[in-house]
Amino acid sequence: MRLEGLRKTYNAGLPNAEEVLHGIDLQIQPGEFTALIGPSGSGKSTLLNAIGLLESASGGSYHLAGRDVTVFDDDERTRARHDVLGFIFQFHHLLPAFTALENVMMPGLMRPQGKGGPAVIRSRAAALLDAVGLRDAYDKKPQELSGGMQQRVAVARALVVGPQLVLADEPTGNLDTHAGDSIFALLRQFNRDSGTALLIVTHDPRLAARCDRIVELVDGQIASDRANTVAGA
Amino acid sequence: MTALGFELTVALRFLREGRMQTALIIGGAAVGVAVIFFITAVLTGVQGDLIRRVTGAQPHVVVKPPEETVAPLLAGTPDAPRVAAVQARPQRLTTIDGWPALARATEMTDGVLAVAPVASGSALGIKGDASRSVVVLGTELDRYLRVVRLDDKVKAGVLQLEPGDALIGIELAKDLGAVLGDRIRVQSAQGSSEVFRIRALLDLGSRELNRRYVYTDLRAAQSLLGIPGRITNLDVSVRDIMRADEVAGQLRAQSGQLIESWIQTNNQVFAAINNQNIMTLLIRVFITIVVALGIASVLVVSVVQKRKEIGILRAVGATRRQMLVVFLLQGVMVGASGALLGSGLGLMLVSVFSRVLRNAEGQALFTMQFDFGLVGAVMAGAALLGLLAAVLPARTAARLDPAQAIRG
Repeated sequence: MRLEGLRKTYNAGLPNAEEVLHGIDLQIQPGEFTALIGPSGSGKSTLLNAIGLLESASGGSYHLAGRDVTVFDDDERTRARHDVLGFIFQFHHLLPAFTALENVMMPGLMRPQGKGGPAVIRSRAAALLDAVGLRDAYDKKPQELSGGMQQRVAVARALVVGPQLVLADEPTGNLDTHAGDSIFALLRQFNRDSGTALLIVTHDPRLAARCDRIVELVDGQIASDRANTVAGA
Repeated sequence: MTALGFELTVALRFLREGRMQTALIIGGAAVGVAVIFFITAVLTGVQGDLIRRVTGAQPHVVVKPPEETVAPLLAGTPDAPRVAAVQARPQRLTTIDGWPALARATEMTDGVLAVAPVASGSALGIKGDASRSVVVLGTELDRYLRVVRLDDKVKAGVLQLEPGDALIGIELAKDLGAVLGDRIRVQSAQGSSEVFRIRALLDLGSRELNRRYVYTDLRAAQSLLGIPGRITNLDVSVRDIMRADEVAGQLRAQSGQLIESWIQTNNQVFAAINNQNIMTLLIRVFITIVVALGIASVLVVSVVQKRKEIGILRAVGATRRQMLVVFLLQGVMVGASGALLGSGLGLMLVSVFSRVLRNAEGQALFTMQFDFGLVGAVMAGAALLGLLAAVLPARTAARLDPAQAIRG
């Protein structure tokens, strides 16, 4: 993933237009485990949404998996979101009408082509739920699970189609320290096992310190970008 | 959930999740469908009964020779009328020339079902000391039965018109003191007379006809009325009774004869039927609109309620098209299940009221006919209606911006 001079302006063309991202240059290599930190209002979430193709950039270029996605239409962006990216939100954002297993299967089901059919998607979803320690919660609705368990389901969902890059927006922000640590450990483990790159937005310096690389965003610009050699210990 | 496909699965689950809303709107659609079902059944029954009553022993269309009129020798102008009064000429028994050719041409006309030649005129029916004024209708029975159904009007005896046979109204038989198998003498105004054996007693649906009609063989009537080889009118049945006027117009244009349809002769009845049809059509249209608006409004609310879920689905890879289909399917399913429920409810109403509503003879006004084709058509129609009603909310859902929707 490579950003060059990425800009984002809200309300473009209106009197209250406001540029939130002032030319971001950022590359993420396959398998990298990166923390994105910065104060509130620095544009972290906007940047994450832009990288996640949930919002289109106002300027600059964005290449994802070797393709220029700034020219994509909504369908192509949706497809790329589905095929290449995984999402973990601060609040689990699971669908209340579906069970844990169904929630994990959902991204696979919406485009079952090339995934070996529903049965394969199901067994993959089940394996992921096993891996996040929810073997007994397949048929539970999200509202029957604790906050930490809900977020584990969300992690499993983000990984079900085998994305190259997982975007996590404060994945532990809503959890107590213990549950947060175990989610973080899961992400780290998947990063090691499957080579999935992760970009984690966090407020928590303790978590950032455990990532391989720390990018700091201040006022819509990258203030620092450094490797974190002590991580992974 | 894996077997149904993504869109159907999500649509079903959304409907199930909104339990109360879903139940209410399906109930609303069902009531609408039931009412449409019911008024259609009642209307069909009532009109069928009315038309049967009115046209009972009448042909749909009658072809007669033109009336003879008196033309004043000196025509007046509106400013200077010359003639104070023109006395209508007494009508003689007029006949149709070359009727076999006309009958064939009539039979070939679009919309015509069958044609029968009739020689009819007034006469006196006599048995012993009793005599009654009657109308003699001579015809070829097998042809006539395709024009007017006499078979369901037989009260006694058999339908058969050999030379010397007669079928008469039940009141006439009573008046003459005749029973099945008796002979009666029929004497025409021209003075000739013949004897007929009563083969059947008919109930023609009206007292007037029952005390006057005498059906005979065509030849016998012709010789009795003094018009050998000729007929006084052609009786015609048409395929669609409500369009008898169109067929009559067609025949008028091509034959030059005097053509009367049952619609002309029963003008008020036809107008009443027409007005009923327009009123019920209006009711049906408005019910349909109300049901569609109901489905649409519930889905609009559902899209607002499900904003976040829609955003999540879009974020993890559902396309706009897929979200559109999810909501269109909800409309289709609500419509179709409402129709299914409503058809059941409608049939229940029909079966209850078919015991309550009766015609003048005390027979049920309409019978319960379970028509799978109709239920299927109603379901398909309601599904289409649901689809159309869902278009607007579905488009709203498809256009939601995922980033905004998730944020709240």
